[in-house]
Amino acid sequence: MAFPSIEKDRRGPGPRPNLTNYRATCRAFSYDAVRRELGRSPGGGFNIGYLALDRQLARGLGGHLALRWLGRDGSVRDFSYAGLAAEANRFANLLRRLGVEPGQRVFALAHRTPALYAAALGTLKAGAVFCPLFSQFGPEPVRTHMEIGDASVLLTSATLYRRKVADWRHELPSLRQVLLIDAAEDAPEGTLALTPALAAQSDSFEAVESAPEDMALLHFTSGTTGRPKGVVHVHDAATHHYATGRFALDLHEGDVYWCTADPGWVTGTSYGILAPLLHGVTMIVDEAEFDAERWYAILQDQKVSVWYTAPTAIRMLMRAGAELAAGYDLGALRFAASVGEPLNPEAVVWGREALGRPFHDNWWQTETGGIMIANYAALPVKPGSMGLPLPGVRAGIVERAPDGGVVEIVEPDRVGELALRPGWPSMMRGYLHEEARYRKAFAGGWYLSGDLARRDAEGYYWFVGRADDMIKTSGHLIGPFEVESVLMEHPAVAEAGVIGVPDPVAGELVKAFVALKPGALEPGHEAGEAAEALARALLGHARKRLGPAVAPREIVFRKSLPKTRSGKILRRLLKARELGQEPGDLSTLESDES
Amino acid sequence: MLEELARIAPEADLESLAPAGDLRDELDIDSMDHLNLMIALHRRLGVEIPERDYPRLLSLDAAVAYLRTRGA
Repeated sequence: MAFPSIEKDRRGPGPRPNLTNYRATCRAFSYDAVRRELGRSPGGGFNIGYLALDRQLARGLGGHLALRWLGRDGSVRDFSYAGLAAEANRFANLLRRLGVEPGQRVFALAHRTPALYAAALGTLKAGAVFCPLFSQFGPEPVRTHMEIGDASVLLTSATLYRRKVADWRHELPSLRQVLLIDAAEDAPEGTLALTPALAAQSDSFEAVESAPEDMALLHFTSGTTGRPKGVVHVHDAATHHYATGRFALDLHEGDVYWCTADPGWVTGTSYGILAPLLHGVTMIVDEAEFDAERWYAILQDQKVSVWYTAPTAIRMLMRAGAELAAGYDLGALRFAASVGEPLNPEAVVWGREALGRPFHDNWWQTETGGIMIANYAALPVKPGSMGLPLPGVRAGIVERAPDGGVVEIVEPDRVGELALRPGWPSMMRGYLHEEARYRKAFAGGWYLSGDLARRDAEGYYWFVGRADDMIKTSGHLIGPFEVESVLMEHPAVAEAGVIGVPDPVAGELVKAFVALKPGALEPGHEAGEAAEALARALLGHARKRLGPAVAPREIVFRKSLPKTRSGKILRRLLKARELGQEPGDLSTLESDES
Repeated sequence: MLEELARIAPEADLESLAPAGDLRDELDIDSMDHLNLMIALHRRLGVEIPERDYPRLLSLDAAVAYLRTRGA
């Protein structure tokens, strides 16, 4: 079924959208003009923390509500721009007292508490690098990421520390201090209770005069092979966060903005902390996890005007039914956007029916640091499409040539790899300590995204799939290799192949195919209770090491897995069979699954 | 319910699970796990659990009480 374009009525109430004439805006756009608008600190620095907080104080927004935090228990805590700046300054002073130098890495493994937001901003103001981790990661990814990032400081909670860090903490020589958000004076040995430590610090701090190209943020992403990659972003990323807050999220003065993403992922930092503060709007942070009624109540009670959420959450709301939404007054909502994985057209249209606003899908990656392609408030939405490139962004569909170069595909609707011309300010500046892998992400003057897409005759981009074996689940990109590696550590496992299988809610779910070592199950017990118990033991092993966000949700046994001559497992073939599709070229297949 | 939990999160220490605690904190399960638990309980007990009631089954105690009222 084809979904017609959703046309916009420009005479509606509310402020005039920031982007109305797409072509003219793209022509006139320059990042330098955005940088001039943001300005610099009095000392000449270009520091995201300064731009997000101190600049707003200088603009007279000190008393304006910056952050409204909604506790799981129903409590509310408000922070004005001046109040949030004071908290950030205490954290920056604490880092300085701990001897943390500009450029050193401050990791956060924390739930969505006010302390996390103040710490992110204080870290940036201190010129250190903020490195958020997702609190539902297991100890394995937490440790790997902190090793790759040479963590100096970790901010976490007492429980997360005990469960995921304490066991190996002394094996990470770079780690000088662990700050526990919720510990009282009785913090365990080698850790520091954050609250009393902050209370002893001054609430004023001059932001470090960072250069635009100084490292500011380090996010992590998985690869199809090898270790996760530490994606480096610099302070100049703020230029793109600000520009996209204006055009892709249509932020206006006085907006109440809610980004549901966790700061442990790039969306939750770029658009869950930085873009709204750079615009001087009010941001809502909800400590709780997804809950349909709670979410509608937040949209209603907080009068959220701009909402940025994710396909998995939208599909869960759809499951809960439009009737539920009808019980709430969502009249304040002016603009709703989605990112994480492609939003199916049904969900776009459902937004209009149930919430009165269509969802505006957009596309970007950890590497791009900010939104690259989007549907806009004032432009028609093509349900199922990721939209049009942002002003300042030049996108293309390319194919790799046999000589290693790339050729742009200009004819409409032909599938190729989605690519971007380098140069936007939030583009990654490197994979930390991995220059060769970084260079491999570029060819022929393009950044190659690894996503397959097509562009229609009107310039709208449509996601087709991944060019590699990466799995998109609940908006997160999971590398099969790290899941397979953990499964292989189990003594019963001989081979493991991990793929994504379609799921109506999560987009894809992680599924593992495992070939067992001889003797792992007694002959004749390859199915039945013993096999089920072993599958469960494997699942438990993987979840314990990787956490629920990364571990497989399903494990099945095979006698052997399909492999190439060089012994590489053909995940693509496992996936094609799972989906009942043609497997394509099998000339490299050496031994098949059984 | 404990059996279904053990199926979804085999690593969970169900012995020391505080019956009134939020399962998502106690056991390190995420919202997809919780959704799968709701579906499993429905399948196993034949009890309709409308999506909007999911938040009423966030702890063991609360879930048991809820399922009782639904005739499980």
